[in-house]
Amino acid sequence: MTSDAILLIEDEPHIRKFLKNALQADGYQVFEADSVARGLIEAASRVPQLCLLDLGLPDEDGMGFIQELRSWSAMPILVLSARDRESDKVNALNIGADDYLTKPFGIEELLARVRAQLRRSQPKSSGSRVEFGDVDIDLAKRMVRKAGQDVHLTKIEYRLLSVLLEHADQIMTHVQLLNAVWGPNHQEHEHYVRIYMANLRQKLEDQPTQPRYLLTEIGMGYRLCLGGVIGA
Amino acid sequence: MPRPDPDQLLSQLQHAEQRAQRGRLKIFFGACAGVGKTYAMLQAAQQQQRLGVKVLVGVLETHGRADTEQGLLGLPVLAAQQRQHHDKLLAEFDLDAALARRPDLILVDELAHSNLHGSRHPKRWQDVEELLSQGIDVYTSLNVQHLESLNDIVGQVTGIQVKETLPDHVFDQADDVVLVDLPVDELLWRLQVGKVYPPEQARRAQQSFFRKGNLIALRELALRRTADRVDAQMQDYRQTSSIVPLWKTQERLLVLLGYPDAGRAVDAEVLIRHAARLAQQLKAEWRVILLDTPRQQRLADHARRVWLQPLSFAQSLGAVTDLLSSTAAVASVVDYIQRHNISRIIVPTDALQRPVFWSRFSRSLMAALEQDCTALDVIAVNASLSKNTAITQHSNTQTSGGSASSQMPVASPRAGLTQWHAAYWSEDRQGYFWAVFGCTLVTVLLAGLTHWFDLANVVMLYLLVVMWVSARFGRGAGTLAAVLSVLSFDFFFVEPKLSLTVSDAQYLLTFAVMFGVALWVNHLAANLRFQAKVAQQREQRAQQLTELSQQLAGVLTATQVEQIAQDQIGAWVGGAVWIARLDLQDQLELSRPPATVPTTVYDPALAMWAYQHEQPAGQGTDTLPNSPMRYYPLRAPMRTRGVLAFVPSAELHSPDVARLLDSMLSQVALAFERVHFIEVAQQALIKIEGERLRSTLLSALSHDLRTPITVLNSLAQGLARADLSETEHAEMVQSMIMHSQTMQHLVMNLLDMAKLQAGGLNLNQQWIVIDEVVGHVLRSFAKPLAQHQVEVRIDADFPLVYLDELLLARILSNLLENAAKYTPAGSTIIITAKQLDAQQFELHVCDNGAGIPEGMQEQIFQRFARGHSETTQTGLGLGLALCREMMRVQGGGLRAEANQPHGACFILNWSQPMPPAPPVDMA
Repeated sequence: MTSDAILLIEDEPHIRKFLKNALQADGYQVFEADSVARGLIEAASRVPQLCLLDLGLPDEDGMGFIQELRSWSAMPILVLSARDRESDKVNALNIGADDYLTKPFGIEELLARVRAQLRRSQPKSSGSRVEFGDVDIDLAKRMVRKAGQDVHLTKIEYRLLSVLLEHADQIMTHVQLLNAVWGPNHQEHEHYVRIYMANLRQKLEDQPTQPRYLLTEIGMGYRLCLGGVIGA
Repeated sequence: MPRPDPDQLLSQLQHAEQRAQRGRLKIFFGACAGVGKTYAMLQAAQQQQRLGVKVLVGVLETHGRADTEQGLLGLPVLAAQQRQHHDKLLAEFDLDAALARRPDLILVDELAHSNLHGSRHPKRWQDVEELLSQGIDVYTSLNVQHLESLNDIVGQVTGIQVKETLPDHVFDQADDVVLVDLPVDELLWRLQVGKVYPPEQARRAQQSFFRKGNLIALRELALRRTADRVDAQMQDYRQTSSIVPLWKTQERLLVLLGYPDAGRAVDAEVLIRHAARLAQQLKAEWRVILLDTPRQQRLADHARRVWLQPLSFAQSLGAVTDLLSSTAAVASVVDYIQRHNISRIIVPTDALQRPVFWSRFSRSLMAALEQDCTALDVIAVNASLSKNTAITQHSNTQTSGGSASSQMPVASPRAGLTQWHAAYWSEDRQGYFWAVFGCTLVTVLLAGLTHWFDLANVVMLYLLVVMWVSARFGRGAGTLAAVLSVLSFDFFFVEPKLSLTVSDAQYLLTFAVMFGVALWVNHLAANLRFQAKVAQQREQRAQQLTELSQQLAGVLTATQVEQIAQDQIGAWVGGAVWIARLDLQDQLELSRPPATVPTTVYDPALAMWAYQHEQPAGQGTDTLPNSPMRYYPLRAPMRTRGVLAFVPSAELHSPDVARLLDSMLSQVALAFERVHFIEVAQQALIKIEGERLRSTLLSALSHDLRTPITVLNSLAQGLARADLSETEHAEMVQSMIMHSQTMQHLVMNLLDMAKLQAGGLNLNQQWIVIDEVVGHVLRSFAKPLAQHQVEVRIDADFPLVYLDELLLARILSNLLENAAKYTPAGSTIIITAKQLDAQQFELHVCDNGAGIPEGMQEQIFQRFARGHSETTQTGLGLGLALCREMMRVQGGGLRAEANQPHGACFILNWSQPMPPAPPVDMA
């Protein structure tokens, strides 16, 4: 199996070197870029499987890169951002980024996210059945079972769950979920999403207040983590 | 030596200051045309130009005189504006061009000139006022016969009515008046040799206006008027230099107008002019009152406006005007005199001589004044002296308020103000119907019952009908009922029946008494009705004002003020109301077009004019009186806050209505100002809070950040040493990771604090699910809290809370970090959410560790404070202070309590509105 190629766009040389070392140690092939312009050229010429993007770049905002790239490629984009740009992160996710990591981040965390994104972008294995933890979902029959017991979901709960499944391991912002489940006329009803997520957790998580799969990304939205978080 | 009154000195100083910013007005004043005013003016202008002053000739008529044309040489002349007027092209002074040229000094001939219809101002002196207000000096010329207060005297002397007049205050407030005088014979000689007019015209002039007798009289008038002015100046000077202390009596003049006929308004004008002259001589405050009688109330809209005209005329001459509504005229006049401390009253002679108008009342005005106002001087003026139509017409062009709007098409009847006029007519017709019906009914009822009823009782029943009709429908219907009653009584009940003839002469007395009583009852009832109506109107207006102020009292935003003003004033004037407010760039912006579709167009330029000059503009004012709407500046104590515009109705000319409108407008302006200052205060508060946080931040920065940096630095130096064992190395690396994490945490806190204090923190309060945030924070604290028991007690159906989830997460992180740090391994941490009542909520984070030392529960929220002073831990100093700030910006609080039996409890509390409706979901 050929190793996956990763495009790393970051203007700070120390971080770039450190990330490159870590990724190469994990067996990935790494291409580097230090600006949006350079990044677009690399993305087009090398055709990597994943892109790591820092939002604050010297020549242009990283948002421009996402918009440009999304017009012709569906490769996963993992955004690295400093913590004081909360709204940037939501915007980046809304216009097409798949995940984000806040600086400073642990290298193990980064590698786990990279693996998750790459796994997600591979062709879906057969299936109308999805499992996480002791939850078993039959998409064809629209059946949800937990620990062998049937779980009754309302129409909207099911729709919300299926949207999350479709974008598993990816952060879905409140706006994206509202659009996908309720349609575009409910932008001001962000609390709908929160209420239904709470309901889903009540029905599908062992400990709804400390979920392992239906995770909250504070200030961003939600992520269905098929592998389950460690340690919770 | 008495010292001058400081208040007076101050007002003089302020006056002088105001004058310094305004341009100076110099009037070249003469007895009549041809004395050389224009020539003198040009000479003065030439001299100014030689001194380097930027001179502009605004408008000047040479009349083909050679001297004058000579004087014009070398002066720049402003091109006249060509204006179409009734298919004739006429030249007019171009005010805007003059303002745009911004000369130091401008020459504007003929101050009393009336501008063409459709100009910005009806009169040239108003143009001059605007030039002066822009700081431009003005030279102008004026003949004595154009002075308003001398107008009728000139008319009497010369037999010629001059139609173009100038209010005296313009003349009196001029900075300089130069009298251009020429002996009469010399003037006549000049006229003869054709220096004034061309020969043919000169001959005609000499036969009419330029008769020697006229010229002598005019010259005397001009000299005397100038002397009066100089005299007044001398008095002013004395007062300033306190050469002789002057004791000034406070004179108050009153002009009483009570004439019901619009055609006789001419009397009023003579009275008013007389009063104006007298008031000016006495330097007295003067008032003009108009008696409003039932009869006047019944006038049609336009007739009433004509009737109200003298009041606006008086206002234009500087009087305070009032409308007295009462049936007891004499009593209310006496009351008014006493209330306002009037020292002199001016009445027309016929008011004293002929008791016709006052005959309805028990005593004459004169008798009442003699009895009740002993200190009052009564001045009787023969107002019939100059009864000719010229003045009536003249008054129509002069009285700016009344006449200008009377040229406008009369607007359709509006709700509110004019409602009762319309109602009156329909009620009137109804009244006549009821008069006829009532009499018929009584006749029919009683006709068959004559055997049982005495005739005296029949009369009683008729009187009852008359009384009812009068009380219900007023005088006209009552009179009809009275007449009908007497006739039917005669015709149907008195022998011989069915005939108007009477057999018994005794019945004639019955008829007379019956008719008399009927009419009297009618009169009393009608007066009652009138009083009730006046009281009702007054009550209604007072109520409208109260309602407006009540609504405005609780308002917090400018938009609300606009909404209320539009609704209330709109309902009151019965039409659309436009409001323009200052935006942040101090531009006047139409922030609120009226809700209903307007039929007229709002003119931003005119609104701007009204705003800048702080004067009403548009219909019925001195500025563009032909525009369909009127624009009122919203003047508040500090500054003008905006402009309110609407289409005015006729009733606005009545002084009490105008005053009510003024009160309403100042209420609105005050509300705008109040709202503005609320905003300013809020901003100031935010700034102060920011300052406070900044100081917290800086002290924290210098203290708490140094510790981990020092540790990291020494650890890194230690790693550089070669003689480290494997375990030592690993320990040091572990320690570095730990300290860098501590520092990261601290930097995060610092950044939050910085954001908070810079106001850059966008508070994003939303309806969130609280256990979601708790779950998220616990997940990130999985490692540090691995040795602790964490229990979350939040009901699944706990309501949504209205908080910023990022801030809540940061607060919980800080609290959990503290718990991990300060409680021993194996301790239990319990997180509980509580709803105290519908709006009060709490979140408790409790542990069973060592707890906070007694008495330290408040201190730990101070910066750098730690529960245990000798601890080696860092970071807490800022954390709790920050948490408390974060709760505070969300309108909540954070406190610490002791947990039972031991440990600490941190309690977040906040209040929130009712949560929004949950989504609808079909299961």
